Amino acid sequence: MAVTIIIPTALRQFAGGSSELTVEARTIGEALDSLTSRHTELRKHLYSDPNALRSFVNIYLNDEDMRHAQRLETPVKDGDTVMIVPSIAGGISTVDELETVLST
Amino acid sequence: MIKLNQNQIDGIRQHGERDYPYECCGLLIGRFSEEGRRVVVGTYQISNAREEEAKRNRFLIRPEELMRGERHARKQQLDVIGFYHSHPDDQAIPSRYDLEHAWPVYSYIIVSVREGRAYKLLSWEMEADRSKFNPEEISKGDQ
Repeated sequence: MAVTIIIPTALRQFAGGSSELTVEARTIGEALDSLTSRHTELRKHLYSDPNALRSFVNIYLNDEDMRHAQRLETPVKDGDTVMIVPSIAGGISTVDELETVLST
Repeated sequence: MIKLNQNQIDGIRQHGERDYPYECCGLLIGRFSEEGRRVVVGTYQISNAREEEAKRNRFLIRPEELMRGERHARKQQLDVIGFYHSHPDDQAIPSRYDLEHAWPVYSYIIVSVREGRAYKLLSWEMEADRSKFNPEEISKGDQ
């Protein structure tokens, strides 16, 4: 199945500057695997460990939030659009954290 | 380097003061210049989506809010180029939590708000390998 993946602004530089790419896949997981095998640098921004998407990576299939669905196992069909949308989060530090976070 | 005018800086500081003791947050709308600079054209306030008890030290911009902001930016042929948030009663320095949840390319402006008054405002950008934040120079002025 030919699926279009929409890449968010933040990750375009790791996808050869593309805002969208077409891959062959049967599930969302396969589509993302295909994307990240083509652009390996993307993987560390999308996955927190080999098989788990970062908690602040959201996947929309044809504008539908996949948060409550099977996510990576969700089947896709020809012409579907998979959109990667970040949630943006942050907050206050503790003093001990600072050294590890800042440049030297 | 990120370029903002005084009105935009004041707007971020005032948002931080208004939402104190909670963290405020918003989008930086503008453009990436060819020289790698970011130019802010406007700010877009977002309601902190974290639950009441967590808002004092955490902020969250939900994906649907970001999509709305992206659409707002695109209508003006602009991009979301970064985010701002406040650190109530803390320094304008990114936390480990900020780093864990940061995205490359964007600017992250943090304003320190102490006892309801805004103090230091700094901008940061994450290293592409996610290892740390680097300070980003703020240039004051219009486009």
